[in-house]
Amino acid sequence: MKQSLIYLLLFALGVILALWGHIPDVLLKDDISKWILYGLLFFVGVQIGSGKNMFTAVKRFGFKIALVPVATTVGTFAGAALTSLLLPERSLIDCLSVGAGFAYYSLSSILISEFRGAELGTVALLANIMREFIVLVFTPWLVKYFGKLSPICAGGATTMDTTLPMITKYSGSDYVVVALFHGMVIDFSVPLWVSFFLTL
Amino acid sequence: MLNIILIILSGIVVGYFARKLPQVKHVGSVISLIIMLLLFFLGVSVGANEQVVTNFSTIGLDALIISFGATVGTVLCAWLVYSTFFRRKGKNS
Repeated sequence: MKQSLIYLLLFALGVILALWGHIPDVLLKDDISKWILYGLLFFVGVQIGSGKNMFTAVKRFGFKIALVPVATTVGTFAGAALTSLLLPERSLIDCLSVGAGFAYYSLSSILISEFRGAELGTVALLANIMREFIVLVFTPWLVKYFGKLSPICAGGATTMDTTLPMITKYSGSDYVVVALFHGMVIDFSVPLWVSFFLTL
Repeated sequence: MLNIILIILSGIVVGYFARKLPQVKHVGSVISLIIMLLLFFLGVSVGANEQVVTNFSTIGLDALIISFGATVGTVLCAWLVYSTFFRRKGKNS
């Protein structure tokens, strides 16, 4: 939560400085952030490669644990695709790219703004922050009406860090392994799905 | 876009072979720092982009709608999987 606030503050600081015109033109060039982004993606890969083997969790819960990230992916894309009908100015691909952030707002917004511009990047940032926020606030209610998996699937890539405490509390400690496994799989899939939609 | 996938895959290979090195522990902090830097840059390009500044309320509303749709779709799928495969039989909860 603290880290999310720092992220938001830095974003807001950038907006305010640019609005005041206090930004040297060098910073507005696209090439620098593109190279930093590539560095980021490399380190994301290093983190995934050096992480604990997620297949140990699969053994414990059996094949059905694999259905959880599948449910998340299918549900998110179905929901995001339907919203493109409500938003005539946004294309189906735009809505799917934003949805493919799975609450991993920092990485998804940066990728999208690099390749589709700051406007859709900002939509992705806000939409994915809201998704994390929904889970942090509505988890008790989600568990009550939609079962113990609902905050895990709704939490997307955040279920291995920021939303894990809420999930542990309301879905129960049995579901911690599910949340961790799910978070790792979704985390890994975010850059892949987003770059896949950006190529379409 | 193939670059992105290749960069992540090379990171995964490096990470796998470097997983026992103590420096790997700092990767998480490096990622957070880079993300902070890039989010600041994103803020700058948002603030410098008149189209985004003037349409900020529309952007916020679109974000809310996409976020809500994606979350509802996900929750319904989660409920289906939960009630089919996870809920213990004989219980109503």
